[in-house]
Amino acid sequence: MSNLFNSMIAWIDKRFPLTSNWKAHLSEYYAPKNFNFWYFFGSLALLVFVNQLLTGIFLTMNYKPDASQAFASVEYIMRDVEYGWLIRYMHSTGASMFFVVVYLHMFRGMIYGSYRKPRELLWLVGMAIFFVLMSLAFTGYILPWGQMSYWGAQVIVSMFGAIPSIGDTLQQWLLGDFTLSDAALNRFFAYHVVTLPLVLIVLVFVHILALHETGSNNPDGIEIKENKNPITGIPVDGIPFHPYYTVKDIVGVVVFLFAFCGIIFFAPEMGGYFLEYNNFIPANTLQTPDHIAPVWYFTPYYSMLRAVTVNFLGIDAKLWGVILMAGSVVIFCFLPWLDRSPVKSIRYKGPYFKVALILFVISFFVLGWLGTKSPTPLYTLLAQIFTIIYFAFFILMPWYSKIDKTKPEPKRLQE
Amino acid sequence: MKKITLALLILCMVPFGVIAGESGMPLDRAPVDITDNASLKRGAESFVNYCLTCHGASYMRYNRHRDIGYTNEEILDKLVFTGQKVGDLMQSAMRKKEGEEWFGVVPPDLSVIARARGADWLYTYLRAFYRDDATATGWNNLVFDRVAMPHVLYELQGEQQLVVKGDQKSLALNKPGQLSASDYDKFVGDLVNYLVYLGEPHANARKELGIKVMLFLLGMFVLSYVLKKEYWRDIH
Repeated sequence: MSNLFNSMIAWIDKRFPLTSNWKAHLSEYYAPKNFNFWYFFGSLALLVFVNQLLTGIFLTMNYKPDASQAFASVEYIMRDVEYGWLIRYMHSTGASMFFVVVYLHMFRGMIYGSYRKPRELLWLVGMAIFFVLMSLAFTGYILPWGQMSYWGAQVIVSMFGAIPSIGDTLQQWLLGDFTLSDAALNRFFAYHVVTLPLVLIVLVFVHILALHETGSNNPDGIEIKENKNPITGIPVDGIPFHPYYTVKDIVGVVVFLFAFCGIIFFAPEMGGYFLEYNNFIPANTLQTPDHIAPVWYFTPYYSMLRAVTVNFLGIDAKLWGVILMAGSVVIFCFLPWLDRSPVKSIRYKGPYFKVALILFVISFFVLGWLGTKSPTPLYTLLAQIFTIIYFAFFILMPWYSKIDKTKPEPKRLQE
Repeated sequence: MKKITLALLILCMVPFGVIAGESGMPLDRAPVDITDNASLKRGAESFVNYCLTCHGASYMRYNRHRDIGYTNEEILDKLVFTGQKVGDLMQSAMRKKEGEEWFGVVPPDLSVIARARGADWLYTYLRAFYRDDATATGWNNLVFDRVAMPHVLYELQGEQQLVVKGDQKSLALNKPGQLSASDYDKFVGDLVNYLVYLGEPHANARKELGIKVMLFLLGMFVLSYVLKKEYWRDIH
């Protein structure tokens, strides 16, 4: 039996680099042995992505991208399609959980300096993944054609209209109409099920290739490749990804599935955060809801969009909002060059960086919370203050990371 | 465990907690239990008698009600009045255009109304109609000011009047209806319970499957954890 198996593998290896790739990316890909809790979220993001692809295919079979039928077709899936409710909840919960794991994955990169040299490109590819993910979430949220789908999209689309001179034309080009209508629903459906998933698959592939070229960072932020066994050439602090991290990631997957399935089966609306109550009302183009809030994962940026209330430097307040909103996401791309600290990991960074990071996390949460609320003068003031803190984290980083009092990095990984 | 579940259920029935609605009115807690088929059946029969004339539930099929204990024959007998088939969607008897002419708005479809409004809101709303000569229908509502719908259930509840004391608005029964106040509350409770069921007919199946999935995951966790421990024994 094993002889037959071996000869089959040999047959394939002559025609396709199976064994060499298996070795390069799994059984002889050496990862640092001290991965902690934060290192589960990369593989979990992959898991959620596969979940979205598979459940998405089945949803597409019954969904109708037609403004007069979309809402009813979602309810048809929920009621009349066998296990349609399960597939739909897996997809809707998956959308929110994708952002949960990706945010935690990005935060991991920030605390352990995973964006630093030589992983700048890896970080940039990851940012591209994040942009595509946001586009996927946005185009997907429109499809049920509920009140929040419609009016949330209206807000986002009007942002393009705020761009000087080309705004109106660009907005019409995007919508295929003068207003948000059936034409827009159809093209957003096409982006959501064909264009963006294809781009995302390619980007994820490139992300993993780039990771396996540089090797994984670790909680100590030191390069395990700099300390290799002189005979075998294997990093002394590295262990083969397979089987060690495959069996460890399975534990992580099961723990994640507890939370994931707990939401799917016992709280699929997640108190109105994963499925908004207003989105159970079909889109009504004539009736603006009292209060428009995006889904929770967009609320920090939405707060910054609303934070600017006055025109200054000759630029319209609305355009400032758009600039800040776009800037708040794009600015992550510059992290590899903003961080001037001699060490990578937060374990050896000084108090300035730690305080700055804590303030950043607080501002992210406060802005997120404010984005779910109707604006009042106090809330707007808070949004302005925390927007400044948010950007200060990045803009002042070259200064505070340089003068910070760091600890010396160890030569070997710590327990 | 059963006692705790029971206690929790009873706790849910008591209207102790009040949350503010969008009109700022405190909402009463609706007695929701979608495993109570008797209540759901009473609610379903009230729904087709009082609501379905104007409102549709057009994402729901009649024969789905087998899930709450009806047979096809019973469904045709007790729920279908418009000559429709048992597998048809629950369309309203009224045409959209007529609704617009009569009430100024098309009465909304109620299939997922409980998911949009919440059970407590519906429970409070259906008990908060009062006489108001200033409106077109002669009715107004404490939680939905100037609602286009007249008080369809007034024969059962009777007529309420608005009592204003300073900032406090409350309602007082002026003319009693066919039902006593507590019977009317029960009637509306069953109706709202049915609306919650109608919003997500598979909710019970979802929770039942969820418990099995959680148990499976528990087993998976033990196995995967032991496997990981075994492999990692030689890593220091």
